[in-house]
Amino acid sequence: MAMMPALERDLNNMSEYYESGKTKDASWRESQLKGLRSFIMEKQDHIMNALMQDLGKHQLEAFRDEIGTLIKTLNLALKSLKDWMSGKKAKLPQIALLTSAEIVPEPLGLVLIISSWNFPFGLSLEPLIGAVAAGNVAVLKPSELSPACSSLLASGIATYLDNNAIKVVQGGPEETQQLLQQRWDKIFFTGSARVGRIVMSAAVKHLTPVTLELGGKCPAVVDSLSSSWDIGTTVKRIIVGKFGTCAGQACISIDYVLVEKGYCSKLVELMKVWIKKMYGDNPQRSKTIARIVNKHHFSRLKSLLDDKMVKQSVVYGGSMDEENLFIEPTILVNPPLEAAIMSEEIFGPLLPIITVEKIEESIKFINCRPKPLAIYAFTKNQTLQRRMISETSSGSVTFNDAILQYAADSLPFGGVGESGFGMYHGKFSFDTFSHQKAVVRRSFLTDFWYRYPPWTLNKLQLLEVSYNYDYLGLLLVLLGLKRPSKRLISDHI
Amino acid sequence: MAGAESGWSEKKVFDTEAASFLVKELRERFGSGRTRSHEWRVSQVKALLKAVVENEDKIVQALRFDLARPPLETLVYEIGMFKNSCEVILKELKHWMTPEKVKTSIATFPSSAEIVPEPLGVVLVISAWNYPILLSLDPVVGAIAAGNAVVLKPSEIAPASSSLLAELIGKYMDNSFIKVVEGAVDETTALLQQKWDKIFYTGNGKVGRIVMTAAAKNLTPVVLELGGKSPVVVDSNINLKVTARRIISGKWGLNNGQACISPDYVITTRDFAPKLVDVLKTELENCYGKNPLESEDLSRIVNSNHFARLSKLLNDDKVSGKIVYGGEKDEKNLRIAPTVLLDVPQDSLIMGEEIFGPLLPIVTVDKVEESIEVINSGTKPLAAYIFTNNKKFKEQFIKNVSAGGLLVNDTVLHLVVHTLPFGGVGESGMGAYHGKFSFDAFTHKKAVLYRSFAGDASLRYPPYTDTKLRLMKALIGGRIYDIIRALFRWS
Repeated sequence: MAMMPALERDLNNMSEYYESGKTKDASWRESQLKGLRSFIMEKQDHIMNALMQDLGKHQLEAFRDEIGTLIKTLNLALKSLKDWMSGKKAKLPQIALLTSAEIVPEPLGLVLIISSWNFPFGLSLEPLIGAVAAGNVAVLKPSELSPACSSLLASGIATYLDNNAIKVVQGGPEETQQLLQQRWDKIFFTGSARVGRIVMSAAVKHLTPVTLELGGKCPAVVDSLSSSWDIGTTVKRIIVGKFGTCAGQACISIDYVLVEKGYCSKLVELMKVWIKKMYGDNPQRSKTIARIVNKHHFSRLKSLLDDKMVKQSVVYGGSMDEENLFIEPTILVNPPLEAAIMSEEIFGPLLPIITVEKIEESIKFINCRPKPLAIYAFTKNQTLQRRMISETSSGSVTFNDAILQYAADSLPFGGVGESGFGMYHGKFSFDTFSHQKAVVRRSFLTDFWYRYPPWTLNKLQLLEVSYNYDYLGLLLVLLGLKRPSKRLISDHI
Repeated sequence: MAGAESGWSEKKVFDTEAASFLVKELRERFGSGRTRSHEWRVSQVKALLKAVVENEDKIVQALRFDLARPPLETLVYEIGMFKNSCEVILKELKHWMTPEKVKTSIATFPSSAEIVPEPLGVVLVISAWNYPILLSLDPVVGAIAAGNAVVLKPSEIAPASSSLLAELIGKYMDNSFIKVVEGAVDETTALLQQKWDKIFYTGNGKVGRIVMTAAAKNLTPVVLELGGKSPVVVDSNINLKVTARRIISGKWGLNNGQACISPDYVITTRDFAPKLVDVLKTELENCYGKNPLESEDLSRIVNSNHFARLSKLLNDDKVSGKIVYGGEKDEKNLRIAPTVLLDVPQDSLIMGEEIFGPLLPIVTVDKVEESIEVINSGTKPLAAYIFTNNKKFKEQFIKNVSAGGLLVNDTVLHLVVHTLPFGGVGESGMGAYHGKFSFDAFTHKKAVLYRSFAGDASLRYPPYTDTKLRLMKALIGGRIYDIIRALFRWS
């Protein structure tokens, strides 16, 4: 392929640039972070237009979910950079004879970031911020399914950042395959589990560590809340968490809801009321809900409703406009659990509600399925909250809200099990692109004969007796890291 | 605490079906939640500690059988280090298990948040033959501390140790959750075909790749503790005697060079090399006598495969005439004497692979600063050592050499500092352990965010207006002035 030699040459150049040490300087890293911030702030309108073009995303969503969060992250990174870069002294418990021990973070080298189409700026640049703050050189491969965004990223990065160190490679699966055959010091992937396996398998060749940010069916457990304010707020947050976030095409979108049988109709009625309030009688016309990214995904979502029993379970919405790739907010109650809509990640504006006898049964329901990226629970019951945390496993748990955990810098963002491994956001982004190098310094002054052979029976016996089977003490003395008792010294000098 | 089962014995065939059944059973039991309690974890750590302390002699004997290892080495490195690990866990576990409260920002206001550590589930630990007890039990105890169910696959190349591990774990541990599977390639393959929540592997890069390939099929995260050529840079203005003794201790004092962090080769200046060689010779004789092949203080080579491999390195044309000390071999007893080679070419066999044996090549450069380039031209090693009193050179070395860990003016000892992560980078591996890092290696850090129903800003919800956009921008920017401006505009 024509691309390969040029790509290899580019990567070689980037590696050489990295070897020069330029990207390790704090000033370089700072300049890149500032460059990114300028890009986002100056090109805000272009970014919003590109998102509108690729996904029909409303400006407010674009700002709330991508532009705004990136600005927040950049401000944090710029403020914290020096702190993140500094070594951390390691406590030396009993070992008095070492000069110092510390953990020094260093960049990994040449990293590859593969991002997804649903939050093309956020999912490309959040990892890139971490990579650059950590001093790496990086190649970004944005998704071809969001071409206007991909193209804007390429031109923006070329204009605002150091082209010797950061490059964008556009393209589809073929270009991704070629990239995966190269030698990387880290690969950061956001996308589906299917492609995640391909990425990790490719990483084996050079023993490249990977972070995989995948997805899953993120459930929202809704308790039978008594206060009308509480349930109203819950409904609003669920609606935004599902339909108001890229029309449900997000790895942390609420995939389905679990609610007690007796509370279901109340929930459904309230949802209908609030959907109308937020999106009007004709949601498509309100232009505030994103559209489906392409025909392939549209057909996929459409076919989820093909199943007769699934169709019968639709209680609201269901209309689809193929030409404009628009699906209106749709609610289903108790579709069959074996149907595709309940076994695959939906990634669209279809919301199944599953009823259980008692809300605590949700725990078992969730545990029968692969671990999701997020679990949501709307409840004030502290026992239920505690049980959800200790008896289920997921990337994260959020109580009484949805999606918002994405914006919390102090919380690691990542999956477990099928939803992935590794994490980022805040300092976790810096760490994920760093190697924590252990550095220990000693002086020449202190040294004891115990460490060195010949180890005669006498020496051994003497030490054992003296240390009374205190193996740690013995170990330290033998390694010359602790002074032996005065008696021992006097006996042998 | 003895269990009814003692794990799979060698009489039964451990195939894919057996492996699948084993994992299924462990997963069901893990689901019961028993391993999560602090109580259970502490009981198991104490049991493992007891197993080792009460069977010190058996352990020493097993290592004598497998490697002709001097008892003191076993005492110090396998038993001593492991006991230290247990003591650290017993002291700190409650603290490690406590959710960490974290600060939240205006982006999620009002809210509170914490990071809750939870076990991954059912994990596989595959260990190596050179420190068979330590490299099995150290990861296993970390997995237990983190609340997981564990399967241990010890190395068949250290059969006495493998068998002893199966016996001790069978006798002392809770066999509902902790199992040993002995065997070789077939058994390991059967295990690798299963879906684990984590795989922890210690060994070489070739098998490390096989492990990672298998893990990729199930999206299983891995820790790979591999190896590499750990260099020792020796500057001129140093205490030569202490330097030589520390190199000797780290090289031949560790399984006769068969350790992942053994000093693999030395880099020093052309001028200084002869002095270093002289002192090494003197000190080696002090430690191992005039007939090192007969010294009781040196381990033997583990098996004939490795003996043949090491012999080949010595027989390489490119290093003929370069041996300045040692070189004696005893094939029958699988012994090779401490051997030093001077001025080996970069393209010799001995410089092309991890030596893992008692051969120490010395590579010479004109200026000692060139050593950094020499090291960086190879793959990143697990450890790098430097002996120098030159502060500037020292800092340059630390800044520019990438390795799992660096040690200035000594060898190997960073292993003992449990507050430091122990792991590789690049070809020397991924992930780390020891101390709290062991706990973290087998833990999922779950983010938990608590929001209340109060304090809701309608600006989050459609219909979206310009005003809402303005206010949101101000809030995220966090600048008070903008917030006030936006608020006023709004009302």
